[in-house]
Amino acid sequence: MNATESKNAFSYEDTLSFENAIGFENKYLYEQDPAFSPEMNRKKAIEVKDLNLWYGGNQALKKIYLDIPKNKIFSLIGPSGCGKSTFLRTMNRMNDMISNCRIEGKVCVDGENIYGKGIDVTGLRKRVGMVFQKANPFPMSIYENIAYGPKIHGVSKKEIPGIVEESLRCAALWDEVKDRLKEPALSLSGGQQQRLCIARTLAVKPEVILFDEPCSALDPISTGKIEELMAELKKDYTIVIVTHNMHQAARISDCAAFFLSGELIETGKTAQIFENPQDKRTEGYITGRFG
Amino acid sequence: MTKHSLRDFRENFMKSLFLIGGIGTLLILLLIFAFLFAESFNFFKTYDFWDFLTGTEWKPGASPEMFGLLPLLAGTAAVTVGAIIPAVPVGILSAVYISELAGPKTADILKFAVELSAGIPSVVLGFFGMIHLVPRIQSVFDLTTGQTALTGSIILAIMALPTIISVSEDAISSVPAALKQGSFALGSNHWQTIYKVILPAAVSGISAAVILGIGRAVGETMAVMMVTGNMAIIPGSDIFLSSVRTVTATIALEMGEVAKGTEHYYALFTIGAVLFVITIGINKIAEAVKRKHKQVT
Repeated sequence: MNATESKNAFSYEDTLSFENAIGFENKYLYEQDPAFSPEMNRKKAIEVKDLNLWYGGNQALKKIYLDIPKNKIFSLIGPSGCGKSTFLRTMNRMNDMISNCRIEGKVCVDGENIYGKGIDVTGLRKRVGMVFQKANPFPMSIYENIAYGPKIHGVSKKEIPGIVEESLRCAALWDEVKDRLKEPALSLSGGQQQRLCIARTLAVKPEVILFDEPCSALDPISTGKIEELMAELKKDYTIVIVTHNMHQAARISDCAAFFLSGELIETGKTAQIFENPQDKRTEGYITGRFG
Repeated sequence: MTKHSLRDFRENFMKSLFLIGGIGTLLILLLIFAFLFAESFNFFKTYDFWDFLTGTEWKPGASPEMFGLLPLLAGTAAVTVGAIIPAVPVGILSAVYISELAGPKTADILKFAVELSAGIPSVVLGFFGMIHLVPRIQSVFDLTTGQTALTGSIILAIMALPTIISVSEDAISSVPAALKQGSFALGSNHWQTIYKVILPAAVSGISAAVILGIGRAVGETMAVMMVTGNMAIIPGSDIFLSSVRTVTATIALEMGEVAKGTEHYYALFTIGAVLFVITIGINKIAEAVKRKHKQVT
């Protein structure tokens, strides 16, 4: 499936009614702010219904309902061990790699339940890309790192140099590395490596990009660059980010969800979560009383 | 003696103990080294260096006596190459299976099996080869004798496998999980991840494993001597199906019956020195490969 095509497959004149398109669980998100106009949010990128997850006998996610709108930055916040990273990883089925992990419920990407029967997991991961906490470039050249994804998905050799340049440009790394594409990726600085990983993800043309604390190992300047980049990327992609940094969540995200002990406590647009939280526990965490 | 000076004394005592240990090791090495090369030097007093290095005949009993290195080198090379060709792919595939594909229980059983097979004494393997392999090779290829380079290669491959498997398996297992996850997150399947990310990241350890395996094959004496026929001739095109004699087997076979101080006696030390140089060379190559491709951690 061509990812770009599917992204443009719906039009703003879509006949689907707004009320049907968004879940009732976080409907107020769209009703209270004109910035979230119905046109912008006619489609949800990801829809999570009654999601439960266990590591062995320990339930790590409890009855999660959440809709993630397209072309927005959605941040997942909460104290360590609250399940936000686990939740992020349910969206591209990275939890499959953990042997004692059991999942019930639905996660729909573009309307399709990714835990349904006959789902092609590698195809899913192409559509839902992921950037990790610690930059993990492959031990090969800068060029090969970006070309890796397109190559395994069978993109023709002629197109690859173009994709590499485009991806590096999108990740705001092109000017810094264009003369040293053959050098090992591990020779880049930490911040550059993380942008390389973002470029690598962009190269397979996903619809959604999951960021798992992408800046926690970076200095403030590199962090600023990544944040700028995300703001740029949301024009074309849906972004979900897990962050420990409250200021970062407030700065960059459009919507936020607060997790505590495996439960989704509250979700809404970021300004509302931070300025006028509805739940005492959210308020406690935001104001720094715990977490 | 005060408490303080007692402590100093113990400190110095321990230090000198370690120093003696370190120097002792070095001394033993230097002695062997000096001995080996002194005896070789004696050999070249009476035998021409180039005649030795390029000689195609090893005939200690003949007159004049011939001490050509090439047939022995050819024998060692034949059994080593013959062992490495099957052992390397099988070893690496097994290592990948154990570290990436097998379930935890299967992996444990396989690891245990590899450890066990590393512990089989070489003479036992040689005996096994003599009884079971030699007659079969003889009948399958319709030869006058089943004691061939091929037979030696098979036994050596079995001996080199545990080394290759366990060292490669270590290297593959120590590739960081983050790399694997990064590859999966891009939508690659397990096979692509193994082939394009994990194996290249582990290449330094895997090369070390292969070189260690070669080292094992080059230095092995007993098992090879028991199954290769020990004919000191340069094999022709049928190299794997002819009897060969390795450098190590030559020393083991002839050292018992040689008179001390004769040219033949010195010749045996000289080929010992050659073996020593080869082994050092292999270790140096292993180090260079390790330096060139750093293990990714």
